[in-house]
Amino acid sequence: MTRVGIIGLGHGVFGRRSDATVQELAFEAFRAAMEDAGIERDAVDASVIGSVPEYHKQRSLAGVVQEYLGLVPKPTWLTEVACASGSAAMRTAWMAIKAGVHDVVAVIGCQKMTELSTPEILALMGRVGEVQWESGFGTTFPGYYAMFAKRHMHEFGTTRDHLLDVAVKNHHYGAMNPLALFRKEITAEKAKASEDVATPFQVYDCCANADGAACVILASEDRAREISSKPVWLSGMGCASATMSVLRRPNLVGLPSAEHAAAQAYAMAGIGPADVKVADVHDCFTIAEIMAYEDLGFCERGEGGPFVAEKQSYIGGKVAVNVDGGLKAKGHPIGATGVSMTYEIAKQLRGEAGERQVPDADVGLTHNVGGIGQYCFVQVLTRD
Amino acid sequence: MFKWFGKVNYTPYTKVADFARHLRDGRLMGSRCKRCGATSFPPRADCDACMHGEFEFFEVSGKGTLHTFTKIVAAPTGFEDVTPYTIGVVDLDGGGKALAWFGDSIPEQDISIGMEVQVVPRIFEELEEIKVYYSLEQPGTTWSKAEQPW
Ligand SMILES: [Zn+2]
Repeated sequence: MTRVGIIGLGHGVFGRRSDATVQELAFEAFRAAMEDAGIERDAVDASVIGSVPEYHKQRSLAGVVQEYLGLVPKPTWLTEVACASGSAAMRTAWMAIKAGVHDVVAVIGCQKMTELSTPEILALMGRVGEVQWESGFGTTFPGYYAMFAKRHMHEFGTTRDHLLDVAVKNHHYGAMNPLALFRKEITAEKAKASEDVATPFQVYDCCANADGAACVILASEDRAREISSKPVWLSGMGCASATMSVLRRPNLVGLPSAEHAAAQAYAMAGIGPADVKVADVHDCFTIAEIMAYEDLGFCERGEGGPFVAEKQSYIGGKVAVNVDGGLKAKGHPIGATGVSMTYEIAKQLRGEAGERQVPDADVGLTHNVGGIGQYCFVQVLTRD
Repeated sequence: MFKWFGKVNYTPYTKVADFARHLRDGRLMGSRCKRCGATSFPPRADCDACMHGEFEFFEVSGKGTLHTFTKIVAAPTGFEDVTPYTIGVVDLDGGGKALAWFGDSIPEQDISIGMEVQVVPRIFEELEEIKVYYSLEQPGTTWSKAEQPW
């Protein structure tokens, strides 16, 4: 079976995009990716759209995006697995090319989260978990991750400062990323002065809703070599699930789906965690990045707090993590996030990350989580 | 009658609907597979172990150990009037986990991971309609038409 290469990258600015519809956001990213690839639309065989439908007034989003991109009558479909919808789009496009069905596929992650009113957002927020046994007690998305944080702190001595070290790091790098929602450094003191959300989390432990889109053009190995002088390869593709209900999990100190997905991706790529130079991980909340270090094997279980405190996840440490600002500072337009991660890591492998460039970045990784770990996708990216 | 369960109920129809009737009568029930005997809390109609479709309810003690907790300050729709509230996840002694609010037998400052707690059936007294739930209480707390946890 063919390898699958990344030949085009496009990314719009994340933030409150009151200037654009979701298909207009998608178009920005798609046009940039096509220009980057140096191809015209007739070279694209199909598109896959990653997005979470309940945030949009427009139902069945793939249709309106496909029309606006001018790709009709080519095939298109939508993938949805909550905050990992973008990586699900990546995976289905990769599968289509591996299977020989399509040669060139445009993957577009796009999301508008500011179309809904605050009451609509609050109503959605109440149904984020398993609704039969959990939501009736008023669970929330930050509430779930807060319970992971409390347990992690209890078992391993992870501290409040460890959590905030993640936020400080990601805002540090976000300040250097022109595509990011927040481009300001923060301090732990400022974070500790922010409002409570769900103990131990305050506002600065949580990523922010945003609008945005990213696009990655994938091609079979033959087509990638014809089109691109610098293809980046999808060398390891892992994907796994975990129970919807946290009550059916053995513990709340990690995400089993991430461990499974990472093991698959490392095995397929023939590498281990120590080979990864740069990674984008799913830091929807500060504890999520600490658990990601551990689930991905960057450090031992329980060592994630000291790992960030010792700056091992900064550029110059063991592995540079979320040096685009992560979900925390870049913003989290949920359907776009997975594609945005692939964009960033491919840019790093091409040596085009500017002042955030990780030296000698030859192996990179993305880790995109849906919900509270119900879904996880891990990609290993390499270059020639 | 599963619509009785929860301050907000999103799933009025389920094969384990009688759970709520038992809860109204002060009994906390798990499920047991009629073929292989596998048990579950929360209950489920279809066996996770052998895929058999017949089950029976059995009463669980509700006793267990606090796995984790959080105080929720930013609340979703339907919970504005009780905010803030503290929820916890309990490892039940007989297997399974439960998620619930803390009741008034455990003051907020006494909550700590690893403490012994009991999941106790409760009823919303102030409502005309029947609304039931369960709360996390000091072990030995019996079902009573007690004060609300907030
Ligand atoms: Zn069975």
